[in-house]
Order: sequence, then structure tokens, then C-alpha cells
Amino acid sequence: MLTNEEVRTKVLDIIADIALDDDVTGIKDEVALREQLDLDSMDFLDIVMELKKRHKIEVPQEDYTRLASMQSCVEYLAPKFNAQA
Amino acid sequence: MKTDKQRIVITGIGLTSPMGNNLAEFRDGLLNNGSGITHTEIRHMGVVAAGLCKFDEAKYQPKKMRKRGTRAGAISIYCTNEALLDSAIDFEGIDKNRVGVYLGITEHGNVETENEIHDLYNTHQMDVSLWSHHHNPRTVANNPAGEVTLNLGITGPHYTIGAACAAGNLGIIQGVQQLLLDEVDVAFAGGISESTETFGIFAAFKAQGALGHHENPTLATRPLDINRNGIVVSEGGAVYVLERLADAKKRNAKIYGEIIGYHSNSDASDFVLPNTERQIECIKTAIKKAGIEINEVDIVNMHATGTMQGDIQECVAVKNIFDGHPNVHVNATKGFIGHAMGAAGALELAGNIPSFTDGYIHPCKKIENLDPQCAVNNLVNGEKISHDVKIILNNSFGMLGINSTLIVQKYKE
Repeated sequence: MLTNEEVRTKVLDIIADIALDDDVTGIKDEVALREQLDLDSMDFLDIVMELKKRHKIEVPQEDYTRLASMQSCVEYLAPKFNAQA
Repeated sequence: MKTDKQRIVITGIGLTSPMGNNLAEFRDGLLNNGSGITHTEIRHMGVVAAGLCKFDEAKYQPKKMRKRGTRAGAISIYCTNEALLDSAIDFEGIDKNRVGVYLGITEHGNVETENEIHDLYNTHQMDVSLWSHHHNPRTVANNPAGEVTLNLGITGPHYTIGAACAAGNLGIIQGVQQLLLDEVDVAFAGGISESTETFGIFAAFKAQGALGHHENPTLATRPLDINRNGIVVSEGGAVYVLERLADAKKRNAKIYGEIIGYHSNSDASDFVLPNTERQIECIKTAIKKAGIEINEVDIVNMHATGTMQGDIQECVAVKNIFDGHPNVHVNATKGFIGHAMGAAGALELAGNIPSFTDGYIHPCKKIENLDPQCAVNNLVNGEKISHDVKIILNNSFGMLGINSTLIVQKYKE
């Protein structure tokens, strides 16, 4: 069973590898990622792809909006991580 | 008599080569017996001789964009930014709709396709849903030029010119033509290659018996030497800022030289083997278009890749045209840096352009045992010579029988 903090860390690791020119240490969880980082639609596709490559988690297209903020990422992804455990 | 609007001049040069990341470094290596060829490990090939560039990819490009883009794009962005700085154009102050990017390429997309297939078989257990969504924008043929426009906010035309190993010259020719057509006011034009990142080009030259090798990598390619055994694959890029003379004068630009003539034609005879007769036609037509006499040419820079047939047939062409013209001197560049493919023509021209100001002709990398069939007159071999250089003629030829000749003159009013 992963805690929300552990899920957050896994998501942050992916974002850090994508937003290579940004400092991701001070992300505010409740604020949209796009408002804090230089991310575009290709970057969100990268996040989806990395979730699949690293954690075998599928995010269907209709759920992409659930990745908008760190908080919504954790809420959406925690059950998916834990369904694998 | 051409008007200043009909004369195209070079006002900036940016380059990366296996022997330096700017014109001064590259020229120094050419004048002082440098070498950019080393042994390196290539996937599936093992250790081979190659010419690798070591420029700073992060100098002009954010890390994220580099990861998203291609090595070809990174080379293009580096060279274009260097050329722009060198030109001293007030880039903020000009209309970006009137700037064009025209880059010659040997091929594009092999690197990215090989990488994806490698991952598909070795990491992704044949799951094609893990194939990168970046594959298409990375492999479209305009990628290298398009990445430049994204990087610099250029909104004029951009595209690449696929022309095998003649592409560097063809990129420049395209820039000249677009300026003469008044399609743009500033052309970033030249050639680039990232071929060393694909094993396929090495494997294919090896299968063809044309991959140069030697226990000392600096001797792995020896154009015009009787003991040569083939090509060394290199990466590189050279991008020129081209402008109409009238515009260059208006902003009091530094002028490296004027492109006074060019020509390109096709062999229509073989996929790989060159055709002397067509090469002769190409060179002679360029000279005619330039409106100069043969003996006015100071430097002929040969394509000379280090393959037996390619070297010999080009030397037959050079002898046919230039024998009996004592002012003409001949050199070649690939012994120093290998064959930079789509960049070769543009890069090799750049290596000679400082002759207009430093008064030297750079030599060929020392040819120990000159092939008697390659004994052209006034071959500059191993040691630079002093010469008052006013006209450079640059040859680049490529597979499928594509020939190109470019003629550049020292600037005069």
C-alpha cells in the first residue's frame, strides 16, 4: 500500500525528468502544474507515457484532465498504484 | 553588371566540426595538422573511427527542448545561433517573416527510428503502445530547420534540402536563390549531419567495402593516398548568414565573401558510383555562371572522400579542367575531419573562407603515398602555403549522382 506521499514522490520523479529546466521542489499541490511549470500538451503526453513505462499505469485520454495538479494526480493515481500492490 | 540587390554575400558563419566549434578553431586545425577523428563505440558495430562534435548543446537550447528534439536539431540550433551572433544582425529589430532557414541534409530520421526500434525490441517487449509520440515530429524531413525556427522565433519559410553528400552546397544555393527571388531578406543556409548516431550508415559503408579503418584513427581516412581504405563517418554543421549586398551594406556588415556562381546537375548513371563527365560539366557550368576565367580560381576544394573510385574520378575531372592553369591550387578536407555528409560542403567551404584574410591555403592532411592517378597540379599536401586568395571553388558530390559546385569570391566593391 503506497501512501499519498509515496505516490506524490513517484509523480514528482516523472515531472522532474520532463520539466528539465524548471525547479520542481516547490510545487504547490493544489495549483495547476501548467501555472507553475513550463509544460505543454506534449509534456502531459510524456507524463502519461512515463506512467505506463515505469509503473504500467494506463491513463485513458478522457482522464488526462485528472493530471492537472499534483493534488489531482495523487487523488487519481493512488488507487491505480495500489491496485497493483 | 549586377546591382547590389542581385549580389549575395556571406555575413555570418556558425559551425561545429569534429575539429572545433567555431571558424577560428576549425581553421587552426586545418592550418596546423589537427585531426578530429577518434575511435568510438557504435551500437552493433563495436569500435570504429568517427568524427564527433563536442559543442555545448545547452548553450542556446533549453534542456527540455533538446530532449524533445533531435541531435540534428541541436546541431542546427547551435550553428544558426553562432552564425547569427557572428553576423551582428539586430535580430530583435528585423521582420522574422522575412527570415528563411534552408538546411541541407544527407538523410533525416534514421537516428530516431533506430533508437525506437532498439527500445521496442530490447526494453518494451514489442509493445508498440510505448513507441514515442515524439517520433513523428522528430523524423519529419524538415525537423532540423523547423527546430531552428522554434528556437529563434523565425516565422519565414523553413525546410531542408535532401541532397546526400552534396547537401551542404545545395542548402547554400537554396538560400542564394530565395534571396534573389526576394522571398526573404536574411537566409540561414548551409548543411548539417548527425549521421554518427546511426549504426546503419557505418554498417552500410562496411558492407560496401568503403568504411575507412586504421589502428591510428587519425589515419582511418586518407583521401588521395594509394593506401586509403574508405570513408570515416562524421557529424557536423555549418550555417551561413546570407544577405543581399544592398542590405549588408546598409547595416555596415562584415562581409566574408560573395557567392558568385554555382551549379548542380545529375549523373543519371548509377546509385553510388560517380560520373566524371557530369562532374566536369557541373564545375565548368559553375565557372561559366560566375563569369570568371578558369585561371582566376585560387582554390579547388575537392569532395575527395577517401574511396578509390571516388577520388580517382574526381581527380580526372579536376585535371581535365584545371591542368595548365598555374594559379589553381587544390586541397581537400576530409583527411582532417572525415566525411560530415550533409554538412560536408558547407563545412569544407567554411574552412577555406579565412584564406581571403589570412593569406594561406590550407593543405590536405599529409598524403604519404599519393596515388599517381590523383596527382593533380598544385596539390597542397601536408603544409599550408601562402597565396593571395580571391576565388574558392568548392565541390560536393553525393549518391544517386548529385553534383554541386559553389564559387565564392573575396568581397570587392
